[in-house]
Amino acid sequence: MAELHVELVAADRQVWSGEASLVVARTSSGDIGVMPGHQPLLGVLQSGPVTIRTTGESGDGTVVAAVHGGFISFADNKLSLLAEIAELSDEIDVQRAERALERAKSDADAAAERRADVRLRAVTGVH
Amino acid sequence: MGATLRVYKRRIRSVTATKKITKAMEMIAASRVVKAQRQVAASTPYASELTRAVTAVATGSNTQHPLTTEAERPTRAALLLITSDRGLAGGYSSNVIKAAELLTERLRAEGKEVDAYIVGRKGVSYYAFRERAVQESWTGFTDSPTYADAKAIAAPLIAAVQKDTAEGGVDELHIVFTEFVSMMTQTALDDRLLPLSLGTAAGEQDEPAKGGEILPLFEFEPSAEDVLDALLPRYVESRIYNALLQAAASKHAATRRAMKSATDNAEELIKSLSRLANAARQAEITQEISEIVGGASALADATAGSD
Repeated sequence: MAELHVELVAADRQVWSGEASLVVARTSSGDIGVMPGHQPLLGVLQSGPVTIRTTGESGDGTVVAAVHGGFISFADNKLSLLAEIAELSDEIDVQRAERALERAKSDADAAAERRADVRLRAVTGVH
Repeated sequence: MGATLRVYKRRIRSVTATKKITKAMEMIAASRVVKAQRQVAASTPYASELTRAVTAVATGSNTQHPLTTEAERPTRAALLLITSDRGLAGGYSSNVIKAAELLTERLRAEGKEVDAYIVGRKGVSYYAFRERAVQESWTGFTDSPTYADAKAIAAPLIAAVQKDTAEGGVDELHIVFTEFVSMMTQTALDDRLLPLSLGTAAGEQDEPAKGGEILPLFEFEPSAEDVLDALLPRYVESRIYNALLQAAASKHAATRRAMKSATDNAEELIKSLSRLANAARQAEITQEISEIVGGASALADATAGSD
């Protein structure tokens, strides 16, 4: 099966890289799914979960990451996800995210609330 | 113990104490250089992917954007100078300040006003001492900058570029920082960030091996303008972040070198002071012997006279 190479990079580190068969990300005009052989694409990401269905050497499975702002670019079967902040779902501290959500709700800080919400949804898998 | 010998001994003790301190600072700086270099390497994938994306949009669409178009008659330029918070780094800060002065002169000669934005206490105090206007300054993080710091610096700069020149905005954005070439070499460098010159942004594409490659036609989501709008501020932030990290690595390397030569000097000083102290001790002994011999012979003469 055809596969595409994915690089998920945050501003200060490389978060994940490997082969995948499908990547679903949220752009400002809605969710977009990229499969191998997609037309070259450059889009603006909204903060939201990114789902990577892995194949090949990475093994069959699903990697979910919380991505806060950034870009998706695809060309030559190579997909880059650039984000200022990106966390894999298994790196996220659920309790801390829940606390952050509570705090953001009480402070009425919409941006922080959204960030915490995205984190939690990346962990629980409810999109 | 004689007075001169005591003075020498005291100076040796104090130089030894200084040597211990400089040696410790050298070791700390050496370990920090490695850490800073690792940070530079970790930020590289993001920066290179971003550069690729910017190149793709800029060449793949005819979009005009205030951040990429050159003003016909640029009248004001912003200069971001990155220095360090602390000294003890040899000529590190003065070199980069000198480079900024040269650039300022060049821009003035081209008829542009220069707005200064400064990072690091050394640069701030240089400008404050000369009573020059500083638009904005940041201190306190030059040793280990984070991406949030780069964002904080980029925000007012981008706002200034987007504003009309008549209302106090700027047409160009220059950055002066110290490039980390190697452990031994760091060079002060000036670079124009905006307007984007496609020559530098497309530099990676112009490599001979890829010379004939045609960039694919991108589909933009939601539109080329929106992508560029979102992309360019990130590009500026990432360039500033990279400059901050390189400056931090350079600062630590410069500190290491300065402290190494301070330690070497202290060793030299201790060596020559011990020689002087030895000579003083010998002179003291010789004098004591001659006093004893002199005293004894005087005594012998006296007893011989009374017999």
